[in-house]
Amino acid sequence: MKAAKKKSTRKKSTAKAKVRAPARRERANLSDMLISGGAHLVDLTQTLSPDFPTIVLPPEFGQCRPFRMEEVSRYDERGPGWYWNNVSFGEHSGTHFDAPIHWISGRDLPNNSVDTLPLAHFIAPACVIDCSAQAKADSDFLLTAAHVKQWEQRHGRIPVGAWVLMRTDWSKRKDPVTYQNLDDTGQHTPGPDPDCVRFLANERDVLGFGTETIGTDAGQAAHFTPPYPCHYYMHGAGKYGLQCLCNLDLLPATGAFIVAAPLKILQGSGSPLRAFAIVPAK
Amino acid sequence: MSQVAKRPKRKNPVERTRQPTLPPPTRSRVALGLTAAAARGRLQLQVCVDCGTVQYPPREVCRACLSQRLVWRRQDGAGELISETTLHAAQELYFRERLPWRIGNVRLDSEVNVMAYVHDAVGAPPCRVRIEAALDRAGQAALIAMPQTGRPALLDDPKLREMTCDPRARKILVSDGKSAVGQAIVRALAAAGADLIWIGVAEPWKQAAGFDGLRELPQAKVVALDVTDSHSVRELAGEIGGKVDIVVNTNDCHRAFSLAARRGVETAQLEMDINYFGLLRLAQEFAPALKARAADGTTNAIAWVNVLSIFALANYPPHGTYSASKAAAFSLSQNLRAELRPAGVRVINLFPGPVDDEWDQLEMPPKLSPATLAAALVDALKGGVEDVYPGDVAQDWVARNLENPKALERELGETLR
Repeated sequence: MKAAKKKSTRKKSTAKAKVRAPARRERANLSDMLISGGAHLVDLTQTLSPDFPTIVLPPEFGQCRPFRMEEVSRYDERGPGWYWNNVSFGEHSGTHFDAPIHWISGRDLPNNSVDTLPLAHFIAPACVIDCSAQAKADSDFLLTAAHVKQWEQRHGRIPVGAWVLMRTDWSKRKDPVTYQNLDDTGQHTPGPDPDCVRFLANERDVLGFGTETIGTDAGQAAHFTPPYPCHYYMHGAGKYGLQCLCNLDLLPATGAFIVAAPLKILQGSGSPLRAFAIVPAK
Repeated sequence: MSQVAKRPKRKNPVERTRQPTLPPPTRSRVALGLTAAAARGRLQLQVCVDCGTVQYPPREVCRACLSQRLVWRRQDGAGELISETTLHAAQELYFRERLPWRIGNVRLDSEVNVMAYVHDAVGAPPCRVRIEAALDRAGQAALIAMPQTGRPALLDDPKLREMTCDPRARKILVSDGKSAVGQAIVRALAAAGADLIWIGVAEPWKQAAGFDGLRELPQAKVVALDVTDSHSVRELAGEIGGKVDIVVNTNDCHRAFSLAARRGVETAQLEMDINYFGLLRLAQEFAPALKARAADGTTNAIAWVNVLSIFALANYPPHGTYSASKAAAFSLSQNLRAELRPAGVRVINLFPGPVDDEWDQLEMPPKLSPATLAAALVDALKGGVEDVYPGDVAQDWVARNLENPKALERELGETLR
C-alpha cells in the first residue's frame, strides 16, 4: 500500500513540473543558491513535545490543550509492521501562527482564518529587532515605537508586508519554569507596548509580529490598554502573529525570508507550524 | 506503635524475589456479605427477622427457625475467647509460609460461635475479646479477636500487620503533590513513617501555595509526573516503578459545571483526561511492577489508593461533568482491583464529600479539610479496609445510596433549582 502511495505521489509531482515548466528556472536558482552556499536555511521552530508549555490562563477559562502524543502501534501486536502516533494539541501550542480571526478585533475581516489566508503571505521578508540585551536586563521589557525608529535609522525603513520579529533570546531558556517566568502577579516576559503595535500595523503595514515568548504580547499585557494590544491591533488590522520562535539570533537584521505556512484548518484561528528562514549570503 | 524496624535490611539481590500467596480467596455469594462490611471496617452478621437469632457462618436460612428472612446487621463483636490453638502445619501455602498461626473459638455475646485469628495482645482463654472484621490479602473478610481493652492495632501484631498496608518504612508515590489535598497527604504519610515519598508535579511553571514547604520533608523527593501525558507516566514508571510500594493517586481535576452550564466538551475532556485516563495511564505503567513485588520482604508492594469523590456514586448535577469523570474512575478502579487482587495488592478507594478547597467554595459546610481527608487515608492504610467514605456528607450519601439509589438521584437533581 505504501509503495503504491509513493508511486502516485511521484507521478503527480512529475506532472506538475511539466505543466509549470516556466517556473523551473526560478526554482533551480533557489536550490542552486542553497547548494552553493549563496543562501542557507534556519529552523525557527521549537520541537512539538508534551513538555513544551502552553499559555497559562485562569483555570475557569477554557484552556489551550498542550501537545500530547499517544502511540497507535510500534511494530507490535497493535500494528506489527509500522509505528505511528495520534497527536492532539491546541491551535496555539508550540511554535505557532496566529490568524486575524484569533482575536475579536479581527473576527469580521475577510479571509481571516488559516484556511483562507493568501498563499503569498506564507513567504515574506523579515526585520529582526535585537532586544536580547534589554530582555536579559528586564523580563518585562517593552519594545516601543521609538526603539523601532532607532532600528530603522540603522537598517532602513521596515518594508510593507514584512514580518517584524522581536529577538529576545527567550527561546534559549530551556527550563519551562524560567521560560514561562510566572510569579503571583502573572507572567513576566518581554513584548511590544500598545503604541509600538499601532505604529507597526498602521504606519508600516507589516505582515505580522513574531516573538520567542509564549505570546506576541508581553507577559503583563492583560493590564495594558487595550489588553493584549499586539493581538488586538495586529489582528484588527488583518496582521498575523508568530510565537515560540527560536534561532532568531541566527538571522540578519534584514534580508532573510520567513517561510511560515500554517496548517489548512477549516476556520482555524492558528496552528502549530514548521517555520524557517531562507537567509541569502551577504 | 508497630514493632517493625524503621528501615529493614536491604534485600539480597542474589536471591529470587518471592511470589505472593493468598489466603483462600473463594467465598459463597452470601458469605460476601461479611466482606462487604469488612471493606468498610465493619463487623456485620446476619440476623433473623423472625426470631432474632444471629447467624454464623453466613447462610441461606435461619439456624433456629429456618426462616429465609435474614438481614445483615452491624455487631459490636463483644465476646469471650473460649479456646485457642496454634497451627504448626498447613496445606494452604499462605499459612504454610507464615506458621505458627494462632486461631481461636470465640463465643459472641449474641450467642453465636465464630472462628477467628487471635491478636498477639490477647491473653490465654478464657478472656473477654472483641471481634473485628478486616480484609485479608485475598480481599476477603477475616475475623480477628482483639483484646477488649487497650485498643491495639492490627499492625501491632507482626502476622496481622500483613492484613494492613502500613505506610511505615514504605516507599510511596503521591501522584499529584501540588493540590491542597496532595500536600496534606504527603505530610500525613511522612508523619506515619514513610521511608520515601515521591511527589508528582505537573506543569512545574505553575506554583502552588504551600508546596515549597514539602521540599523540607526529609522523605520527600519531587518528580515530574503529568498524568495527561503517557510519555511522562512511562518515564517515571521506568525510573521508580520497581521501587514503589504504595501508589496514591491524588490527581483531581474539579470544575463545577452542570452540563448545561458550559458549552462544549473541552473542560469535561480535561476532567476525564486527568480523573479517568490519568488513572488508566498510572495503572498501566505502575500496576505490573506492584504485582511483581507483592511479596518482596516486609516492605513489599502493598497498596494502591485512589482519592475519588462521593460524587462518583451518584451524579451531583452542579458538578455534573466532574461527577461523571469520577464515576468513570471508580469503575476503572474496580478493574484495577481485579488485576491486583491475585497478587494481594489492595486497592483502596476514598470517596470524600466536599473538600474545603477552591472548587467546592460554593458548597455549604460541613466540608472536609485536606488534613482530615489525609488522616482518613492513613487510617485506611493502617487498617484492613478498601472503601472509605470520609466525612459527614459522604457517610450520609453512601447510606442514602445504599437504601434507595433512585431517591438519592432525585434528591440530588433538586440541587440544580
